[in-house]
Amino acid sequence: MSALPYAPHPDGDRKPLTYRVNLASPPDLKAYEAQDGYAALHKVVKEAPAEVTKAVKDANLRGRGGAGFPTGVKWGLVPMGADAPKNKYIVCNADEMEPGTFKDRLLMEGLPHQLVESMIVSGYAIQATRGYIFLRGEYVVAAERLNKAVAEAKAAGYLGQNILGSGWNFELFVHTGAGRYICGEETALINSLEGRRANPRAKPPFPQIAGLWGKPTVVNNVETLSNVPHIVLRGGAWFQGLSQGKSKDAGTKLYGISGRAKKTGCWELPFGTSAREILEEHAGGMKDGLKLKCWLPGGASTDFLMPEHLDLAMDFDTIAKAGSRMGTGLLTVVDDKQNIVSVVRNLEEFFARESCGWCTPCRDGLPWTEKLLYALEQGQGREGDIQTLEQLTHFLGPGKTFCAHAPGAMEPLQSALKYFRAEFEAGIAKAPAQAAA
Amino acid sequence: MSTANNMESTQPIIKLADLPRQEPFVLHADDRAAIEHETHHYEDPRAATIEALKIVQHRHGWVPDGAIPAIGQVLGIPGSDVEGVATFYNLIFRRPVGRHVIKVCDSVSCFLTGYDDVKKAFSAKLGVELGQTTPDGRFTLLPICCLGACDKGPVLMIDQDTHFDVAPDHIDQLLEQYK
Ligand SMILES: Cc1cc2nc3c(=O)[nH]c(=O)nc-3n(C[C@H](O)[C@H](O)[C@H](O)COP(=O)(O)O)c2cc1C
Ligand code: SF4
Ligand code: FES
Repeated sequence: MSALPYAPHPDGDRKPLTYRVNLASPPDLKAYEAQDGYAALHKVVKEAPAEVTKAVKDANLRGRGGAGFPTGVKWGLVPMGADAPKNKYIVCNADEMEPGTFKDRLLMEGLPHQLVESMIVSGYAIQATRGYIFLRGEYVVAAERLNKAVAEAKAAGYLGQNILGSGWNFELFVHTGAGRYICGEETALINSLEGRRANPRAKPPFPQIAGLWGKPTVVNNVETLSNVPHIVLRGGAWFQGLSQGKSKDAGTKLYGISGRAKKTGCWELPFGTSAREILEEHAGGMKDGLKLKCWLPGGASTDFLMPEHLDLAMDFDTIAKAGSRMGTGLLTVVDDKQNIVSVVRNLEEFFARESCGWCTPCRDGLPWTEKLLYALEQGQGREGDIQTLEQLTHFLGPGKTFCAHAPGAMEPLQSALKYFRAEFEAGIAKAPAQAAA
Repeated sequence: MSTANNMESTQPIIKLADLPRQEPFVLHADDRAAIEHETHHYEDPRAATIEALKIVQHRHGWVPDGAIPAIGQVLGIPGSDVEGVATFYNLIFRRPVGRHVIKVCDSVSCFLTGYDDVKKAFSAKLGVELGQTTPDGRFTLLPICCLGACDKGPVLMIDQDTHFDVAPDHIDQLLEQYK
């Protein structure tokens, strides 16, 4: 037996999250175990829970759900020890509904056991009593495969009472949703999981203190959690090295391209890979006859960037400095045949429809935004419409609404107004020439 | 065009007597058992509300009015709470739908790769707009937000199946699979 708790694999050190992914037929328990599956669980149950949190902190793992919050710090806020509440929860945010994002589906359909193991190992770190995978209802294949993996893990003693002799009990459930984008916002997700309308909750208290049923709760994205077993097995230094010095952010990232590029798809690459490499090398560039007009770095709720930004590293800080957000890291490329007003109208239609209706600026402001854009798209805009849109980007901006939905909606709008103002102006109806006479 | 046709094209005044009569709702014993089983997954039975609505919808195609208080009774919560949930989530139908529900992704990546043409082709073929059901009760056409397969747009779902890279000329063949 080697001294290492895992068998080194050339791809395991390059793309740990996806080297075992098989979409056609994902590894079952036996096959997964044969590829180091559950090795991390065997390892952690011999350690103190705080060791796991420390490893995650040392690795500098940041949330892959869009905001980049340090995962170890989040876990560190959970009450631990004998005085902590009896019930604690770990929840996986598998709601993946940010337009342009298609990475969590890949991990869940192609390697369900990795997420199940990740939930158990992460649950151990905060000494959770139960875990829930909050899966969007439309992911039918993922639901089936995750449920099978949970059943296999249970039969193998990885779930249930006294897991691997550790004295720790943990149950895991796959909870499928019934639609609505807002369920992805973590406090709305908690309300939804409790069987309520998915309106967000006020923070503080933060879910780590009072979340699901008022108990300490950690919510993390699928991709975030999937990194944990690898960090546990191979260590923080190894994890930091995965980004190959391309970024001070650690690990790999699932990047992708959608839109009219040659070979759209999703790839696990070193954190901080440039947008140009993702588009030109991995996606083969734009389709013949099309030029890149602008791009969304990581979903509908991120500001547009321009072709001149392509050489930027796709990491949290670099993209923020350029005036956008890395978001989910899956790029949507807009080609030069598209009218930006139509694209933004499409985006705002989405946000208006998906507003949860809880606070007035968002509930009323987004349909208004959509209406103005629709008029501009039809060439029926009126003088002052662009100024109104600009005002809306402030009235619906950060701090003005109950959650980040409306500010997110304003990001593509404000950047489109900045870069493509002439296209908006072209949508203003010309006043009849003799109106004054 | 006759006046009667014109009447149809404006907002109809709904009279209670005109609504299709609904049979009194009885929660199927299997469904009750399934809902009760679900409640064990949570600290509070209320959390099974969405699953309960899905169980009922699976049997009836939609959630009939009578199911609302019936579910409330099983979970020990007011019917108004169940209704609040039922009307929030877009995969729960509080109106009858066709035998098959077509959900076309209209989010940004699919919009860029040809959503408009696909939607138009469906409307032309079925003679319905988004939100409507064909007169023979076979299909309901709905929009849906990003289905998480944006690299394979345009994407849509028919019932539980997801279809990728859909083009307008695939539609006849696609619909044939759903009788
Ligand atoms: C409107 C809205 C929608 C969101 N949707 C998702 C989602 O679908 N998946 C996700 O992981 N995070 C989503 N988030 C972010 C979550 O609120 C939360 O930050 C995330 O789950 C934390 O996990 P992480 O730290 O692992 O990234 C959304 C946030 C907002 C404001
Ligand atoms: S900003 Fe929008 S989505 Fe968020 S709470 Fe207010 S109404 Fe709901
Ligand atoms: S935008 Fe249609 S699947 Fe994502």
